[in-house]
Amino acid sequence: MEPAIIVPLLAAAVQSGTPILYATLGEIVTEKSGVLNLGVEGVMILGTLTAFVVALTTGNPILAFAAAGLAGTLAAAIHGMVCLWFKGNQVVSGLALTILGTGLADYLGNAYVGRTAPGFSPLPLPLLSEVPIVGPIFFNHDPLVYLTYGIPPIIWYGLMRTRPGLCLRAAGEYPAAATAAGLDVAAYRWFGILCGGFLMGLGGAYLSLAYTHLWTNNLTGGRGWIAVALVIFAFWRPGRAVFGAYLFGGIMALQLRLQASGTQLPSSLLLMLPYALTVIVLVLSSWRRGVSEAPAALGVNMEPVD
Amino acid sequence: MFRIRITKNQEPRGWSSWLVVAAAVALSLGLSGILLSIRDISPLTGLAVLFKGAYGSRFAIEDCLIKAIPIYLCSLGVAVAFRLQVWNIGAEGQFALGAVGATWVALTFPNLPGPILLPAMIAMAALAGGLWGMIPAILRQRLQTNEIIVTLMMNYIAILFLDYLVYGAWKDPTSFGFPMTSEFPPQAVIGKIGSTSVNWGLAHCLVLGTLVWVFIRFTRVGFELKAAGDSVRAARYAGIPYDRLVVLVMVISGALAGWAGFLEASATINRLQPSIMAGYGYTAIVVAWLARLNPLSIAIASFLLAGLRVGVENLQLDLQVPAAFGSILEGLILLTVLAGGLFTSYRLSVRRN
Repeated sequence: MEPAIIVPLLAAAVQSGTPILYATLGEIVTEKSGVLNLGVEGVMILGTLTAFVVALTTGNPILAFAAAGLAGTLAAAIHGMVCLWFKGNQVVSGLALTILGTGLADYLGNAYVGRTAPGFSPLPLPLLSEVPIVGPIFFNHDPLVYLTYGIPPIIWYGLMRTRPGLCLRAAGEYPAAATAAGLDVAAYRWFGILCGGFLMGLGGAYLSLAYTHLWTNNLTGGRGWIAVALVIFAFWRPGRAVFGAYLFGGIMALQLRLQASGTQLPSSLLLMLPYALTVIVLVLSSWRRGVSEAPAALGVNMEPVD
Repeated sequence: MFRIRITKNQEPRGWSSWLVVAAAVALSLGLSGILLSIRDISPLTGLAVLFKGAYGSRFAIEDCLIKAIPIYLCSLGVAVAFRLQVWNIGAEGQFALGAVGATWVALTFPNLPGPILLPAMIAMAALAGGLWGMIPAILRQRLQTNEIIVTLMMNYIAILFLDYLVYGAWKDPTSFGFPMTSEFPPQAVIGKIGSTSVNWGLAHCLVLGTLVWVFIRFTRVGFELKAAGDSVRAARYAGIPYDRLVVLVMVISGALAGWAGFLEASATINRLQPSIMAGYGYTAIVVAWLARLNPLSIAIASFLLAGLRVGVENLQLDLQVPAAFGSILEGLILLTVLAGGLFTSYRLSVRRN
């Protein structure tokens, strides 16, 4: 293929990969603390709706973006309450959060379906966007995309090179030992859940503030679940998450382009692509022993001790 | 100062778990009342409309039973898998493939007599659903691939496959462009019980529910399921073939969901069309958890949650409440029941410092 086709496709891959990237990074932080949050889809969509409504009423996209992060944090706090306070099953709680979140978003967003709101527009970075090939792919986007270039290194540094990051990982690997060492495991798990929810909310916001500027039901379309799968694909590493998110962004962009090109392939088969790819990617990463990279105490609640 | 001590109960008490479910449902209804008042609907009026729509007439109760049938079968399957700590979120997709399998038989052999056609449709539905459930089981067993995400992704794939068929190859040429197959031949339709609008699928539920109960309660494999679900390591030491059990429960689970897909296509819609996917497979998960995986309790919980769906339809008609209200209630009930589990699995005691 020529650069004239491939470069716009890669640029679109970065853009459609961005919401998945935010959510995947959020789930990595959560899972590193030992909590499995399967509610990503529900948390994300609440972020999407919050961002849309705030942007519509205040006209301020930055405020809307921040509000979506807050909404994500609050939604994830439900999971925290059920799992950390009430020792509920993490798998089922996450599912319930997805059911509740998508329901709430449909219910509260009902009046806004089809309306448009202000958001972010592409802002080519001076000089950088002029670089051939790399420029148009990475530096000709909206500010929310640029923001994601900074977050993975920060998360990596925070988790791997700081003391609180070490404690958070200890809570996820061996909570009993962490407790014995005097750490408040529950507090670190709360931190992981809330930070993760914040990032998931931001990922949701991207969909209504930049990817589209409108609200419809089911705007996330399974991206939250893809994010959960990508965490495994990424072996819980922020850097690999970037690669995975852009891979899925690429498939989604490709599928849209194929549909627009008036291909003979039925759209339902094209729509299957990202989901089928998720299964393939999961199989491949478990083949490479990805499962053993999981935090050892992932999904296991702490039993109360006297 | 007071301190709350939490200690684990050895055996969860039976009556207290029903108390928790009742309290959780009440709390969820209360919280959802707040959502009604956002739309300027008095919560009491709204809930009255909900209940009247669900259980207020013979017609409503029949509608509840009709919807409870697919929920029950899906939930029965989900519960068998959950018993082994295998997280089958794929009932929705297995249901879709079951409907596809049954439809294929009905459309390909429209001239077979009913006593042959119906069993063939059931067999095909159970086979399609069972095989769809077997794929994630084998992936999990061989490669430890996470079955939660695989089953969920396979739901999307199965539903899109169903769409592909009814928008394409299977579309009825006389449907004026609507995505649906032609109507099933009359002998491929499961009839209604007497003068009611409830179909004979209810009897299928009774038989299959009893079979699953006997299987869990009285067979060796059923006992192994329970033992392995409690502790995988202990089961392996005891020589229980855990990996084979994983495949077995997923096949049973998928076959039951597939059977539900057959009933829905044959008895309720009489054809295949996208609206057959009403989210019963997800409701089934809520039901299984509410009922603590017990086949009899699942029947009660299916009826209650089917009532919720019927009631929400009434809310939609009378007060223009969006259908998503039903999902909100389901999510809230599941979350509160989970939280309430603390009070059945643990003992709380208050101590004075």
